[in-house]
Amino acid sequence: MKSIAFGQFYPANSPLHKLDPRIKVILTVLYIVCSFLCKNLLSFALLALSAILLILCGRVPIRIVLRGLRPVLIILAFTALLNIFWTKGEQLLFAWKFIEIYAEGLYAAVFMMVRIATLIIGTGMLLTYTTTPIALTDALEDLLSPLKKLKVPVHEFAMMMTIALRFIPLLSEETEKIMTAQKARGADFSSGGLIQRAKALIPILIPLFVSAFNRAGDLATAMECRCYHGGEGRTRMHVRHVRLVDFIPLLLVLLLGASLIFLNVLGIGFSMK
Amino acid sequence: MSNPFIKIEGLSYRYDEDSSGMGKHPVLNDLSMEIEEGSFVAVLGHNGSGKSTLAKLLNMILTPTSGKIFVDGKEITDEAMTDEDVLSLRKNMGMVFQNPDNQLVATIVEDDVAFGPENLGIPSDEIRARVNSVLSDVGMLEYATHEPHRLSGGQKQRIAIAGVLAMLPKCIVFDESTAMLDPIGRKEVMDAILRLNREKGITVIMITHYMEEAALADRILVLHDGNVLLDGTPSEVFEQEPLLKSCGLNVPQCTSLIHQLRDAGMSLDGDCVSIEQCAELILQTLNKER
Repeated sequence: MKSIAFGQFYPANSPLHKLDPRIKVILTVLYIVCSFLCKNLLSFALLALSAILLILCGRVPIRIVLRGLRPVLIILAFTALLNIFWTKGEQLLFAWKFIEIYAEGLYAAVFMMVRIATLIIGTGMLLTYTTTPIALTDALEDLLSPLKKLKVPVHEFAMMMTIALRFIPLLSEETEKIMTAQKARGADFSSGGLIQRAKALIPILIPLFVSAFNRAGDLATAMECRCYHGGEGRTRMHVRHVRLVDFIPLLLVLLLGASLIFLNVLGIGFSMK
Repeated sequence: MSNPFIKIEGLSYRYDEDSSGMGKHPVLNDLSMEIEEGSFVAVLGHNGSGKSTLAKLLNMILTPTSGKIFVDGKEITDEAMTDEDVLSLRKNMGMVFQNPDNQLVATIVEDDVAFGPENLGIPSDEIRARVNSVLSDVGMLEYATHEPHRLSGGQKQRIAIAGVLAMLPKCIVFDESTAMLDPIGRKEVMDAILRLNREKGITVIMITHYMEEAALADRILVLHDGNVLLDGTPSEVFEQEPLLKSCGLNVPQCTSLIHQLRDAGMSLDGDCVSIEQCAELILQTLNKER
């Protein structure tokens, strides 16, 4: 059977994998804020260093992390070019006809690339590579639970996420089955123009929807039979207690933020406006 | 055993008129029966005989048009049933359905098994203990952290059984739970069902199409046109081969063989519902005749 990657979870036994997912969600938010605090050479260097430390902590192979960066390569290249050619500064390095390249532009290009790359690596290492989707869903349910007081159906959303994750492999398997069945009867999915190809998908989508609705009905009955009655009075098998150790990474990220601000104020080397 | 676990009196059910004209014929028609605690009852009947409807009436997924159902001495068709009463009924009346994929909720085996007890608000330590114990009951403990979509049909169905068992039910209804499985998966699930009945004393109601499976039960109920046509031990029921055939059912091959041999003039005495019994019976008779 074709295996379907759920997000990008990479199973390993690392401190980041063991960390409470709720803490990891908070850390991610703080880390994103940190990456926007950077202003000069030193602070960006520290940020890049922190990203490398995160990869080491998560024990995810470097090639997998780099593969995660591949989809954003174009964006990285594009921002770099924009910054190189469009940033005006004082230190002119190169001029030819209308093209002028300033030192500030080069710095800005490198900084932006470091910022985007650390954003991707940071969220990846803290969340997608080291947290199972189900743990992430539970964590979000916990963190958003104060919203329940405002009548936001947090539990229901989390339940929907869980069920969606459960049914993704089932439905994709089913799609393949239906496609094979339609191909066996002479359906052609790979030729013709855009409109013709879109039309060829209709005989796949209709049976897929019908079966998805049937499954949903069956599942609802089965859930009712297993005493499901919403989030009220529900307990959990996995109870996560935040340990004192779990606060250490929080402290570290706050320390990182503080040092970044300190380095900005120190203002050694080139600084972005 | 004076008080039956399930008692049904004059139960009728009809679906709403609008669903494809089915409403004219009631699915269940003035059905009455009793099921003893700890027994293993197989329910047979061709398509549309009301088997699945009966199952869904037993834990209030459906409410009957008329008639009364008592479970464990409590009338569940009583209008005064509160939400808590319904929950405690469903806790005691587990149900396992046909398609294993459509009844598993979570992406990890142990999380799915924990779903029932979590809904009941059981403390987490106890859920953990229950999950481990029911997974080993169905022989799936080593798969606790696997993803269900990578397991075989029989394994998934045993997970579904574990999920129901984790609520500690007194009775489990199997609604054609082996119909979508291959022969190996069917055997795995049947073995698990038999163990639950024999070792844990859980009342089992098994709706099935397979005569060989029904032959393993203590008692067989044959439903036809919304009512009980036959009720007895497997050998009593399978004696009525012509009657069963007239309502679209069959008897196990070995029983059929014995009947044919008898018709051909061989004097075979005794009951026969399994292959072993059948072989034994023929051997005895041949020895006698020699």
